[in-house]
Order: sequence, then C-alpha cells, then structure tokens
Amino acid sequence: MTAQTLFEKIWNSHVVRTLEGGPEVLYIDQHYIHEVTSPQAFEGLRTRGISVLRPHKTLATADHNIPTTDQHLPIRDLLSRNQVNTLEENCKQYGIEYYGINNPKNGIVHVIGPELGYTLPGMTIVCGDSHTSTHGAFGTIAFGIGTSEVEMVLATQCILQSKPKTLRIKVNGRIGKGVTAKDIILYIISRISAGGATGYFVEYAGSAITALGMEERMTICNMSIEMGARGGLIAPDHTTYAYLNKISSLSNRPDFKSMLLRWRNLKTDEGAVFDKELEFYASDIRPMITYGTNPGMGMGIDESIPDGDNSSSFMKSLDYMGFKPGMKLLGHPVDYVFVGSCTNGRIEDLRAFAAMVKGRKKAPGVTALIVPGSKKVEQQANNEGLTSILRDAGFELRQPGCSSCLAMNEDKVPAGKYAVATSNRNFEGRQGPGARTLLASPLTAAAAAVTGRITDPRELLND
Amino acid sequence: MQKNKFDILESGCVPLPVENVDTDQIIPARFLTATSRQGFGENLFRDWRFDKEGNRYESFVLNNPSFSGQVLVAGKNFGCGSSREHAVWAISDYGFRAVVSSFFADIFKNNALNNGLLPVVVPESYLSDLLELVRKVPGTQVRIDLENQNLRVLPDGEPVSFDINPYKKECLMKGLDDIDYLLSIKDMIAAYEFRNTLRR
Repeated sequence: MTAQTLFEKIWNSHVVRTLEGGPEVLYIDQHYIHEVTSPQAFEGLRTRGISVLRPHKTLATADHNIPTTDQHLPIRDLLSRNQVNTLEENCKQYGIEYYGINNPKNGIVHVIGPELGYTLPGMTIVCGDSHTSTHGAFGTIAFGIGTSEVEMVLATQCILQSKPKTLRIKVNGRIGKGVTAKDIILYIISRISAGGATGYFVEYAGSAITALGMEERMTICNMSIEMGARGGLIAPDHTTYAYLNKISSLSNRPDFKSMLLRWRNLKTDEGAVFDKELEFYASDIRPMITYGTNPGMGMGIDESIPDGDNSSSFMKSLDYMGFKPGMKLLGHPVDYVFVGSCTNGRIEDLRAFAAMVKGRKKAPGVTALIVPGSKKVEQQANNEGLTSILRDAGFELRQPGCSSCLAMNEDKVPAGKYAVATSNRNFEGRQGPGARTLLASPLTAAAAAVTGRITDPRELLND
Repeated sequence: MQKNKFDILESGCVPLPVENVDTDQIIPARFLTATSRQGFGENLFRDWRFDKEGNRYESFVLNNPSFSGQVLVAGKNFGCGSSREHAVWAISDYGFRAVVSSFFADIFKNNALNNGLLPVVVPESYLSDLLELVRKVPGTQVRIDLENQNLRVLPDGEPVSFDINPYKKECLMKGLDDIDYLLSIKDMIAAYEFRNTLRR
C-alpha cells in the first residue's frame, strides 16, 4: 500500500461515494451548531418536510450573540434573544443535545467540543463556523461550512466536498521566552499571507509543534483558516492521549482502550507525499502583532510596518488603522484589551494573562474585556484563584461567549479606538464599526493592559 | 429544491478593486441575527456604503450610479474569513448573479455555488485588465457562458475560460442542489454507517 498522509487516511475512510469528475460524499462523525448559522438550515428541513438523520451526532451551544454579563437575565437584544430561543426550540423538536446559556457545559463551540470529549482523533467534524479548524489539534479533519451545508449534515450526515490539496508546515526548534503558540501561527500567516493556503489542508509538524500542549495546538489549528486553508491538523500523540485521558466521561468508556489503539495509526506514513511543504524555524519567531486589516499583516512586535507596498489595498488598510508605512508600534497607546475567543479563551490563556498582571495594575484609560471560553473555564479560573488575581489588578472576568471577537453582542470597541485582542481577526469593523484591532498573544495583551501601550511582553516577564 | 438556473449572463459590471475582501465587510456580524435568508442585500457592504448616521459614502462604487449590473468584479481572495453564508445571501439579494476574481476563499466559493451565485476565477493579469477597463469605461458589458465555461467583454473581447467542477456546473445549469442528491443516496449512506459500525 502506498504511503499516505494523515489527512488522506482520515479523508479516504470517510468517503461514502466519489462523483465522476466532481466532489466526494463525505461522512461527518461530529457536527456542532450554534444560534447564528443554523436557523435557516432547520427552516430548510421544514420546507422540505424532512427530519434530522442522526440527532446524537450534532451538539448545540449558544455562543456567538450572547451577552457576557448578567447571563441569568433574558437577552436584552430582541433579535438575539429570538435567535437563541429558535435554536433551543429546534434542538427540542429534533432531539439534539443543547448546552444553552447557564448550562454548566455552555461555552464557545470550539472550546466545549474538545473539553467535553466530543472531539476525538480520526473524526470528520464540521460546524457552520470557520474556526472549526480548531479541532484539527486532535488529529481530525475539521472545517467550517455554510448554512446550506449545515442543512445537508442535519438531513443526511454527509456533505459534498472536493478533496483539498495537502500542505505540510514544519516548525522546528524551540521557541524563546515570551513567545507563544499564537505568535507561531501569526508568524506563519504573515509569511504565507491571508490567502496563501487557499485550497489546501494543512498538517502542522516539527519539534516546535509537537512540544506544544493541546490548548496551544488548538490555537495553531484555529487560525489555519486565516491563511485561507480549509483546515489544519496535528497528528495525535502522547500529549493528545493524556489530555483525553483526563476527560472522565471518555476514559471511563469501556471502549476507550481500543480507541487508543486505533488512534496509534493516525500519523503520516514515512515517504508520504504532500502537494506542498514549508518549513520555519522557531528561533526566528518573536512575539507578534498585526498592524493591518487581515491576519496576514503581522510583524514582530519590535519591527516596523513594512515600507514599499504601495498597492491601494495595503494603503487602504493602513489608513483604516491610522498607521503609516515604516512606523514602529512599540509604545503606541492602547484603548482596549480583549482576552478571549476560540483562539485564546482557554484556561492556559487566562493563566498566562493573570501571571503577567499579578502584582501590577490595569493602566488607567484601558478598558479590558476578559472573557472565558466556557463555563468550565470560568469555573476553573475561580477555583485556581485567577479571578481574584485579576480583580486585584483591576480586571473583571466576564461570562463565557464569543464576545468582542465578532462583537455581535454589546462587547464592542468604539470607532477609532485601538484594541489589542487575542482573537483571530483584525478585519475592518470586526470588533465594532470603526474599531482598530491588533491581534496578539495573551502575554502581549497583558503587557498592553498594564502599560496602556503596545509593549514587548518579554520586558515584563516574571521570572 | 428547484433553484434559479444559470446558463448565459450578459450584464454590466461593478468594479471593486480591493484584495482580501472578507465576509465581515460583505455583511457585518451585527446584521446576522435574522432567522431567515431574506433581506440581507440591504446591508451588503454596509460600512463601506454608509456612515454611522446612514449617509452614503458617495465614493463607494455601489453608490456610484455610473456602475450597475449583475456582475461584481473584485480583487483576489474574495470572501475570506467567516463562513457566514449570509455574505452570499446579501450579494445575491442585492442583485448580483456572478462574482469575478482571481481566486475565492474556499468556504465562500462553496456557499456561492450552493446558492446559484457563480464564482468566476480568471487569471490575475486578466482580472487587473478587466478591473481597469470597467473603471475607465463604466457600462462595460460582459458575457458569462457557463456551458462553455468562458467570460468575455462585449462586443468583441477575447474569451477567457474558467474552471468549474462538472457536478456543480450541472447543478447550476439545472437549478438542482446538493441536498436533493444526498437524499437520493440515503441507502448508500446507511450502508456506509453499517460498515463503519462493524469496523469500529
């Protein structure tokens, strides 16, 4: 048998049928849904007079539009409230498990899927959300889909997809102090550009990747979409198994041992051929920050904005940000800091942020939104004393949700204001009309939060 | 379900010479709270079309009466970012039937094809020539021939060919969608599930 990549192994084992010259019918093992991209899909089922084929293979949560304070009260925004209620009713009608607001299992879809043990190696996973690529950290083929495709999965547990090309990205060596998984992925995207991996599915490999924990791997895979990739995965290993072993609902299953055995085969064979390969060196990676309006416009925090690209798209982007070519960003005032999202809203992110702000104070003039990715993360932050560390430093931990990452709720950054955000997109208006977003790691966000300026987190590292 | 069929489109063009147009620009997140597919065209490119008070930015191309038509011509990596199908619904609802670019984000392309909006991929050099021509000569008409997979500037431009998956082409030409097809192979899906349960 010819050597196969991990991607090919999982993909091929899920093909129900190949259409001549066209896409393949791909079976989906796990489907996640949320309130924003599902209502029209359920409406489609009703119009066609059909039902959900495998309700237990879909899991629902409310995360995108919900408020992150006073979650015990009804949602004030009537359209958002209606959307969440619609999801709840749809789940009830079709027998789908739903973790709504105030449910102890509620949270951002890409945070709860892994932490509750739904995401497992070797699976195909889809969700009407582009950051579904997050789940690739467990060695899955996971990608975002549109609402028509959500309807397909609900109706048939399958979608039609053309097989993407394969791209292996190796990062070798060891990252320096103050450099995080977020910096690795922002660095890769800055090298590849926001559209550079379009048409590809990425496998991340190399010693700097395998040294990462599961939450860090999720941060890497999460942003695969930001370079245009269909998704990104990392082969499961002892780090993956140790993470899954801690989820008791999983490790108590009688078939857990046989699952572990089966997962051992989930790796790229020696000699397997990728359509494209790239290699980067961890020692080249510094704490990163973005200066423009797509995630590919990133640089080392102590570097200058590139000078020499006079294209109208580049200049439009800098204009929006209020920056000029050649400018340095270190020392630039910051108005908002957002820590959260499916990229960096997990417990390790809150730990990193708390460790840096501990014994310091939030800078006057900075508005901070610190938002846990799930109820479990919130609970853990309380248990570990992170919440009180934050409070002592002048920060407040909010309630879970997507929050200011896409600002569908009230967590908006006002026009013209600068926000250092641990989320995934710095698009125009992403955090509110006119808001200016600079993407960075939780450490860089912490450094900005206590100094009120863009600051190299390495200068503030506690030994 | 029967959708609009696509065969030949002759129309004026709207030029949008911006690269990496993300779906947050096409339809900002704050307009995603609807539970139906209708009405998104009103807020297409909302923050590029209107200021906070709802006044039009006269310089934005959709507010320029010299440009009209059912074909949007845009810079590379069109539709990147969020998977929201609302972006396609907004473009279609506004009245566009095709978008021309040198490449599209994968999810956007699938969403477009699933809604009868044709993504036309042309070489980068052709795209920059077309953008320049359309901007200089508003009212320039193009002809998009799906069956023969080519696009040309009317009346006498050289046709440029474009690729499309044969299955998707047939769906567009006949107005069919993927769910109809998937429902028709339900037995095959059940057989896959049966094999899979035995194996695992």
